[in-house]
Amino acid sequence: MPGRRHPARDNGGMDRARPLLELTGATVRFGRDAAIDDVDFRLFPGEVHSLMGENGAGKSTLIKAITGALPLDAGVLTIGGERMHFTSPHDALGAGVSTVYQEIDLLPNLSVAENIALGREPRRGIGIDWKRMRENARATLADLGLDIDPASMLGTHSLAVQQLVAIARAISIDVRVLILDEPTSSLDLDEVAELFRVIRDLKERGVAIMFVSHFLDQVYELCDRVTVLRDGKLIGEYLTQELLRIDLVQAMLGRNAAELTSRTDASAPTAAAVENPYLSARDITAGPGITRADIDLVKSDVLGVAGLLGSGRTELARAISGIDRLDSGVIRIEGKDVKITGPRSGMSKGVVYSSENRRTEGIISDLSVLDNITLALQADRGVFRQIPLGRRRELAASWVEALDIRPPDLDRPAGTLSGGNQQKVLLARLLALAPRVLILDEPTRGIDVGAKVEIQNLVGEMAANGLSVMFISAELEEVLRVAHRVMILRDGVVVDVLDAESLTVDSLMALVARPDELDE
Amino acid sequence: MATSVETRPKPDQGLGARYGTFMSRHSSLMPTFAAVAILIVLLIGAQMQFGNFLTARNMSALLLDNAYLVVLAVGVTFVILTGGIDLSVGSVMAFTGILLASLLAQGVPAIIAIPAVLLGGAAIGLMIGVLVQYFNVQPFIASLAGLFLARGLAFVVSLSSIKVEEPAVLWLQRTRFTIGEFYITPTGIIALLVVALAVYILHWTRFGRTVYAIGGGEQSARLMGLAVARTKILVYVISGVCGGLAGLLLTAYSGAGYPRNGIGTELDAIAAVVIGGTLLTGGTGYVVGSLIGVLVYGTIKKIISFMGAEQSWTQIIIGILLLLFIVVQRVIVARSARRRR
Repeated sequence: MPGRRHPARDNGGMDRARPLLELTGATVRFGRDAAIDDVDFRLFPGEVHSLMGENGAGKSTLIKAITGALPLDAGVLTIGGERMHFTSPHDALGAGVSTVYQEIDLLPNLSVAENIALGREPRRGIGIDWKRMRENARATLADLGLDIDPASMLGTHSLAVQQLVAIARAISIDVRVLILDEPTSSLDLDEVAELFRVIRDLKERGVAIMFVSHFLDQVYELCDRVTVLRDGKLIGEYLTQELLRIDLVQAMLGRNAAELTSRTDASAPTAAAVENPYLSARDITAGPGITRADIDLVKSDVLGVAGLLGSGRTELARAISGIDRLDSGVIRIEGKDVKITGPRSGMSKGVVYSSENRRTEGIISDLSVLDNITLALQADRGVFRQIPLGRRRELAASWVEALDIRPPDLDRPAGTLSGGNQQKVLLARLLALAPRVLILDEPTRGIDVGAKVEIQNLVGEMAANGLSVMFISAELEEVLRVAHRVMILRDGVVVDVLDAESLTVDSLMALVARPDELDE
Repeated sequence: MATSVETRPKPDQGLGARYGTFMSRHSSLMPTFAAVAILIVLLIGAQMQFGNFLTARNMSALLLDNAYLVVLAVGVTFVILTGGIDLSVGSVMAFTGILLASLLAQGVPAIIAIPAVLLGGAAIGLMIGVLVQYFNVQPFIASLAGLFLARGLAFVVSLSSIKVEEPAVLWLQRTRFTIGEFYITPTGIIALLVVALAVYILHWTRFGRTVYAIGGGEQSARLMGLAVARTKILVYVISGVCGGLAGLLLTAYSGAGYPRNGIGTELDAIAAVVIGGTLLTGGTGYVVGSLIGVLVYGTIKKIISFMGAEQSWTQIIIGILLLLFIVVQRVIVARSARRRR
């Protein structure tokens, strides 16, 4: 593997500048387990530095240790050569360390300007100077290329705009260190480009930027340096330009990455099967999201759904699984007209849906893995036909083994598992119902590369076992890897259904993008 | 670019765009507007029914009869804006009222007795705040403890009512400043000053904005580096002080302290706050709305007495109004949540 621990340290010629922020020997323990163990991390002024690792590698913990949200059990943090003892995010802000968290941590009930200024509002006389606050906000937002009314309530804006407002807040102070924890997960391509322009601008001004992202493309496009964590330990610090992608992935996963590139190679369904789909829906219209869509779900097949955010991919999935009401359209299962009136009725007809919002519409964090897995099965049977505990344990244990859920502890609260394992618990919950049609909405969002591949492979296996899978993902590469057929959605309309074999990422992207964007 | 869809309002834009801008800025005012509308409808309806309702005397009395409730509602508004609740204020009012009467009867000068009872209210508020913040007790339970404590203390001070002879306190109620046909007493002025001060604190100080921030999301407020712990304790202290002040006003109004005063008044105050447009989940609402809420409450009470009906009808109508408002609030919240998707 290329790269040693801190290559620059024994090679003074490469980095003459001193790091602005340096963390050495950082250890944070939760009970007996060390979330990060003896980790070194440094940030130079005027660099963009990516912190990489799978979920559960300790990235969030490291960030929280830097911002004072978590206390260090061991280790030293220095900023500008000065030793720091932050006890709260407030202290860190005072030292010029600004953080944008993955979840948007703003207040929907206050105005945009206030969200940017809160805690350091400009004052005039005995009160807050609202006019100046709005003007400052407008200027900061203009820096980000965002032209919105600073007096409007934050909650009236889209998530992407809210994300940019969070960044505006972070840079509105005299920022020396900017920490961005997955800032791009809710942004579209234009917005990402805009954000990168701002980040480069800040970099020019000498700000030290830490950029956490799951998207390798973004890391390679933007970052000068990468630090990789695995299982709470430092694997190494590398210069991005000297690090091959495959080596980066390998550093993150610590296993041979060859499997990552292989296509799940279940054979495509027979022509006869495609002729007689298990579920076929016609003229599906539901709200403004999806209009007159036709969809066929075939046995032993994975139908990939590709489309931009807002193309109606989620709306279609929710409509045919009975989560949302149909405005019009017919659904046929094995040739018979059926009415799917709700998730329960969908379940009874073998159609199950896994939401894109794992945390709010999927996992019940406080319940154990056992309960999470057997929940839907019990609900399907009804309250009066309790599944005996022994039987439930047996069942859950078999799923934990089959899907390789880690740690294999049935009694652990599901919320403490990593994102990938939570997703597997959700899969187990649905598979326990012995469904015929499995609708997965962004099952790999926000989970690390290794778990992603496992989920993709599982999807392939399930299809091979006769299941009909509808697989929605924003990552076109993934859609192509998993699906046999690909449905392309644009603005709530089904544009086409094509063979995955005949598509490349580029050609699929062209189909998914709006025509007017292609002209540019 | 996707972000350029949302543009700044231009002055030459039509009514629709202006409406859009207004809604994006002030949609949280809608419940308070609704309260104002209801107040106007009630007043006009009563005038049409009775013919002698909208008189200067009646309108002046409307404020003065409910001055103590205005002060209580202001205090409770602070707490509810953070997403908490304070059930203790009625008892605190009774306790501080009887304590004041007792101190004055023992010859303690008003200049010492009045600050002392305000401090007493603050102390109970502080206790509730500390329980909520540092011992993680539900605000409902912590303030319920405050309710029992204050009520008990009121009975410790005296089991029966104590008449107030102190001229300074009586002056608060007996002095009448007249503006044309209208009149106002110092108690009414104090109540309005409390509202004005609260508006200033909530909208022009960092403390006030932190109150709203906590209601919007406590965890977010903390991550933003705001003084969450201090603010949360302070809102209960403010509510306690308001309880003490209400005790003073009620004692001046009735000319005596009575340990059974204000049983259930905390619920009237909360009802007024909710009718005034403050969301019980916190983060949205206005003190002026709470004033309107109290006036709605007072008007309904007055209408019932004009009709010569049982006062229990007040409770029934307030109950119906509350139900209506909570449903309206839910609809507004649900609508804004849907817009965000």
